[in-house]
Amino acid sequence: MADIVLDKVSKSFPDGTVAVQDVDLEIADGEFVILVGPSGCGKSTTLNMIAGLEDISSGELRIGGQRVNDKAPRDRDIAMVFQSYALYPNMTVRENMAFPLRLAKLDKETIDQKVDEAAKVLELVPLLDRKPANLSGGQRQRVAMGRAIVRQPKAFLMDEPLSNLDAKLRVQMRTVVSRLQKKLGTTTVYVTHDQTEAMTLGDRVVIMRGGAVQQVGAPQELYDHPRNLFVAGFIGSPSMNFLHAAVQDGGLHTALGDVPLGDRVRRELEAADAPRELILGIRPEHFEDAELVDEDTRRRGIEFEAPVDIVESMGSDKYVYFTVEGERASAAELEELAADAGAADFAGAGGNLVTRLSAESPVVEGQSRRVWFNLEKIHLFDPTNGRNLTLHEGRAAGALAD
Amino acid sequence: MAVETTTRAKLRWGLLDVLVIVFAMVPVLWIASLSFKTPATLTDGKFIPREWTLDNYRTIFETDQFVRALVNSIGIALIATLVAVVLGAMAAYAISRLDFPGKRLLVGVSLLIAMFPQVSLVSPLFEIERQLKIFDTWPGLILPYITFALPLAIYTLSAFFKQIPWDLEKAAKMDGATQGQAFRRVIAPLAAPGLFTTAILVFIFCWNDFLFAISLTSTERSRTVPAALSFFTGASQFEDPTGAICAAAVVITVPIILFVLFFQRRIVSGLTSGAVKG
Ligand SMILES: Nc1ncnc2c1ncn2[C@@H]1O[C@H](COP(=O)(O)OP(=O)(O)OP(=O)(O)O)[C@@H](O)[C@H]1O
Ligand SMILES: [Mg+2]
Repeated sequence: MADIVLDKVSKSFPDGTVAVQDVDLEIADGEFVILVGPSGCGKSTTLNMIAGLEDISSGELRIGGQRVNDKAPRDRDIAMVFQSYALYPNMTVRENMAFPLRLAKLDKETIDQKVDEAAKVLELVPLLDRKPANLSGGQRQRVAMGRAIVRQPKAFLMDEPLSNLDAKLRVQMRTVVSRLQKKLGTTTVYVTHDQTEAMTLGDRVVIMRGGAVQQVGAPQELYDHPRNLFVAGFIGSPSMNFLHAAVQDGGLHTALGDVPLGDRVRRELEAADAPRELILGIRPEHFEDAELVDEDTRRRGIEFEAPVDIVESMGSDKYVYFTVEGERASAAELEELAADAGAADFAGAGGNLVTRLSAESPVVEGQSRRVWFNLEKIHLFDPTNGRNLTLHEGRAAGALAD
Repeated sequence: MAVETTTRAKLRWGLLDVLVIVFAMVPVLWIASLSFKTPATLTDGKFIPREWTLDNYRTIFETDQFVRALVNSIGIALIATLVAVVLGAMAAYAISRLDFPGKRLLVGVSLLIAMFPQVSLVSPLFEIERQLKIFDTWPGLILPYITFALPLAIYTLSAFFKQIPWDLEKAAKMDGATQGQAFRRVIAPLAAPGLFTTAILVFIFCWNDFLFAISLTSTERSRTVPAALSFFTGASQFEDPTGAICAAAVVITVPIILFVLFFQRRIVSGLTSGAVKG
């Protein structure tokens, strides 16, 4: 067991691709850290550098306080679970799990005992004599986990270990992974594409984009206080809505009406190089049917009226999609997010507004509806660099803060 | 109607197959038939011998010449095959897995060797081997065989290695294996079908070679069967050796058939299934 420290770690490939840039990350002993980001952002490369499967171009990697840049994987005492499972097809489940122990030259009795123990934890006992070809996907996944835990390494590295499973199994295995990590208390770095996994599994989440770390924090913190446009758009499902906002006479002109600004944001915008146009971000749950909002709450937001496109009733609440007119929000980050999610899933920047209203709302498709939204919960981003202007000392304070 | 056409099609294909097999087998069967004929009926032109005899076989095993050549052939072919497959496996592994300077040059040179006309190398090799004092020895044949078998071995093997998921090797390294251990304990067992296929091809090449065998040997010490056959005289100087040569030809195909059958059973496809989720 050990902590893992990445100190300005970078990776450039011989062909000139810079896959990872100056990543600083301190992973505490026993912590469960998730690396998440769109495809090609350098997650696997980072993980492989920690594993020792890729050389580190510059920077320092320390495991348990010791510099390991030049150590071979076998000398780092780290176990890895691969997306493809990478089970040895010529060996039985027992032999697969025993392989690291045999290489460590343990005696046969200890090996058997450790394998049996791990097999019990992962419910693999009846499968020990089978070959990987005769196992289901979920079982293979568990064997891969078993091979990792059996020798009690300093840390686990997992590269999208669940992405080959079907949705239901993935949820099941997610809890298995989570429980296992808690039980063993081993430092774990987990790469995923799936933001549900990122939000539910980790103690902390690292969001990467183009080889650089965007923000590191607890899942809730990333959700509530995104440092920039990219993080705001990446975390959350359905994603945050983004609207174009023009700065006008100390307020903002948007497709949802004029938004008043508090002193703090106004002061920011008075600077000479301040942007004249902003992107307003607001999460679906910060909208409400105007009829259902009490007087007290109403004062904290503003209302608008728009035609209803689609109503999806989830029972507990309703997802209501509106069409809004006006200029679209545009920024490099938004395009990247849309490309990664597939245009259909990332409605955020289009002319569509996704809202989550109370189940009691009598909203009807095709009609117009008055909707209220919370100004304390909105985020304002500078479209040129993506910075969140409403963030103050790491906390997002909405548009009205003084 | 449909059934009729399929039986018809089957018949047609069957006939075609038989035709091809007969066409290919006639010379072989002819030699086999000659080997069972007596000297008197040897030239009667009948496909099926009128008088069956095993005399020819007795003759060749009584002459020291043939037995000695057989031992040479087996020994030389086996050693050359073993060395070529081991070296080829290591080279192919490096080519398919590692990025090292001069990799393309290596591949190019091995291709060049395969393309080089062997006839043009015979006299230089003859001179070199005489200088090195390995002319008319086992190493004198084993070395050129390895040289010419290696490109073949490297090509077939690197194709097999490329099919093995790279993740397996990474996994082995993470599990604490050195590069050598990863190769021996994980990659090589999975590449076994490739190793056997290559072994068969190389063995056949060495076994059947006539050119080097005839030009790089001068005595029974290292003459292999194909070369020895051309020096065959039969039981006595004055006898027509045709029957004996045919018997010898039949005999030398037996080891190769055994060799192929033995290894073919090991070439089971789908050995890597279950390694990675496709
Ligand atoms: N061997 C290589 N040579 C050159 N570039 C590479 C190499 N391996 C990866 N890259 C590049 O490095 C970047 C990061 O790759 P990486 O595999 O780390 O992405 P990732 O975040 O794991 O993506 P995914 O979610 O799709 O697995 C990519 O742009 C990729 O094209
Ligand atoms: Mg990856």
